[in-house]
Amino acid sequence: MKTKKPTPYNQLSKEEFFLSGHRACQGCAEALAVRLVQKAAGRDTIVACATGCMEIVSSPFPFTSWNLPWIHVAFENTAAVASGVEAGLKALMRKGKLPQRDIKVIAMAGDGGTSDIGLQALSGALERGHNLTYVCYDNEAYMNTGIQRSSATPFGASTTTSPAGKKVPGQITWKKNMPEIAVAHQIPYVATACPSYPIDLIQKVQKAISKPGPAYIHILSVCPTGWRIPSNLAIKVGRLAVRTGIFPLYEVEDGIYRITQKTSKLLPVKEYLTIQGRFRHLTEELISQIQERVNQEYELLLKKVAMTQGEKKEE
Amino acid sequence: MGKRRGLEVSVGAAEAVAMADVDVIAAYPITPQTHIVEHLAELVNNGELDAEFVPVESEHSALSVCIGASAAGARTFTCTSAQGLALMNEIVYIASSMRLPIVMILANRSLSAPLSIWNDHSDAMSVRDTGWIQVFAQNGQEVFDHIFFAYRVGEDPKVSLPVMIHVDGFIVTHVIEPVEFWEKEQVERYLPPFKPISRLDPERPVTMGAFAMPQLFTETKVAQDMATTQSMEVILSAWEEIYKITSRRYRPVEAYRTEGAETIFVVQGSFGETLSVAVDELRAKGEPVGLVMPRLWRPFPFELFRSAVKGAKNLIVIDRAISFGGQGGPLAIELRSSLFGLPAPPRVINFICGLASRDVTVEDFKNIYERAVDGSKAPVFQEDFQFYGVRS
Repeated sequence: MKTKKPTPYNQLSKEEFFLSGHRACQGCAEALAVRLVQKAAGRDTIVACATGCMEIVSSPFPFTSWNLPWIHVAFENTAAVASGVEAGLKALMRKGKLPQRDIKVIAMAGDGGTSDIGLQALSGALERGHNLTYVCYDNEAYMNTGIQRSSATPFGASTTTSPAGKKVPGQITWKKNMPEIAVAHQIPYVATACPSYPIDLIQKVQKAISKPGPAYIHILSVCPTGWRIPSNLAIKVGRLAVRTGIFPLYEVEDGIYRITQKTSKLLPVKEYLTIQGRFRHLTEELISQIQERVNQEYELLLKKVAMTQGEKKEE
Repeated sequence: MGKRRGLEVSVGAAEAVAMADVDVIAAYPITPQTHIVEHLAELVNNGELDAEFVPVESEHSALSVCIGASAAGARTFTCTSAQGLALMNEIVYIASSMRLPIVMILANRSLSAPLSIWNDHSDAMSVRDTGWIQVFAQNGQEVFDHIFFAYRVGEDPKVSLPVMIHVDGFIVTHVIEPVEFWEKEQVERYLPPFKPISRLDPERPVTMGAFAMPQLFTETKVAQDMATTQSMEVILSAWEEIYKITSRRYRPVEAYRTEGAETIFVVQGSFGETLSVAVDELRAKGEPVGLVMPRLWRPFPFELFRSAVKGAKNLIVIDRAISFGGQGGPLAIELRSSLFGLPAPPRVINFICGLASRDVTVEDFKNIYERAVDGSKAPVFQEDFQFYGVRS
């Protein structure tokens, strides 16, 4: 009998930590991403969760989907709460009040909880160097409160507070580049991921938790409800985001950039945009503006890869 | 008993926090709280205190760090003033509702605007309803003793609530006073190690901070209110134990020379010490006057307060905060309502003064007394209160 080649995926724990029965929408790629992240992180994990979709769907008292120690405090402070958990464990173990044990601390928040209201607490936690992994589940708007725009909403997307109107074609600002903000803190590990590429995501989580110090993972989490797509297309749309170069998968390990999902030729962004209801109003002109911007950003990323990889070779 | 040491009250407070074997300190600098956390940082960096000092980027994060650490099972401390407290306000409510026994010193300072770094009780009154156990300390010794008290009460499984110690900024925090230290063994005996009912532990996963639908929200709040009210028993026994160790007696409502008093001053915080001098001088002239100081602010000892002022004709309540458009200062409003319905309640005469550290001297208190007992000078009762010492 032919044995299966071991992959990070089939080596994953059979144990579930984010359990079924949660109230996420049908086809929610964020719930899938949470499940994969926690499987990759394993049993010895404590999770601090910001207010948002994942908090609401998983913790309606007296029920819980969490088969892990889990704490929610507020919207903007999950990085600070996780800092406290980490500092607490560190002190208790050092002082012999708790037995020594390698417990991973994971902070999780949405794009609003990360790039808007939680940015200050996150920056503080990254700068102070706590040993924790911060995961941003980015579904590109405040979905929990009804699809309002955030600073992570992409240019052109129609949301309830950036509606496509007769004068203004939806969101008119470009998505805030959170992974680069994390990189600017010079932390040991930053990565982007997407549950449409589960093996890539799992490997990145395992790398993030195994490195001492802070790590930041930015996960594009397709939201069928907010993006106005059929729920069976969530994985496909995630793949298109990567293959069009709109959301490239890369990591920055000790300052060195590496693209983890290489594409020989990027697909046109139109293929990604036109299947989503939130972009249905876009004109050809706006689509070509987006295409131009994506090309530029992708080129810049390639330059960073070349530049930092070059430095690595010289060492 | 330990040695008496002359030191700045802030330094004494920090020494007590260190003696309480705190595990995590998280704080953001704000005047006049700074000396407390600076000294703690020094103790940690000199290796005299084994704790994590987390120099956060805001007060909001300071209390959030304490919540995370406390949930992990650590003994935590934070300290702030005025604007810092206002910024962390959201988390102040959550800390008590999650039943985490964090200890905070609030170095009382006025809330902006205009910006003022000086002392009054506007910050204290802004957190009255946040669900923390709250005490007022009048001097360095009281601050020192109440650090141990705060951990002992808050961490008691029957209570499981955060505790806030109100200390007048500058007026108390920055003065040098003799403080009698406790012996290490006395602290250890008085304050057992923190054993939380549940903590974040991969061996026994718990969900903390779940959300509640309307069907359960009210019940969780009622449980919290019951825990606050029922903490009185633990509070009284914690003070009784302090008396056994130090011979210093602390009571929920402190009374000074109230026997036969027709007029009783009511104040909180450091005004009490100045006022006691005024009361002595007035008594020396034969004036039937006394002083009552509610030390315990939450849970409020209603019965004890009523009996402390029983028989008095006038209560002169001094507020150091304003309830804009309200019926006087927050303390007077609270006390007046606690007396309502009594067969012959004393008349409550409310003065608001001492905002932003404006001096209120012994002479001022004697003037206030004169105004209050002389009906023609007393507050106009459509308003029920009067500002004292305002420039014309």
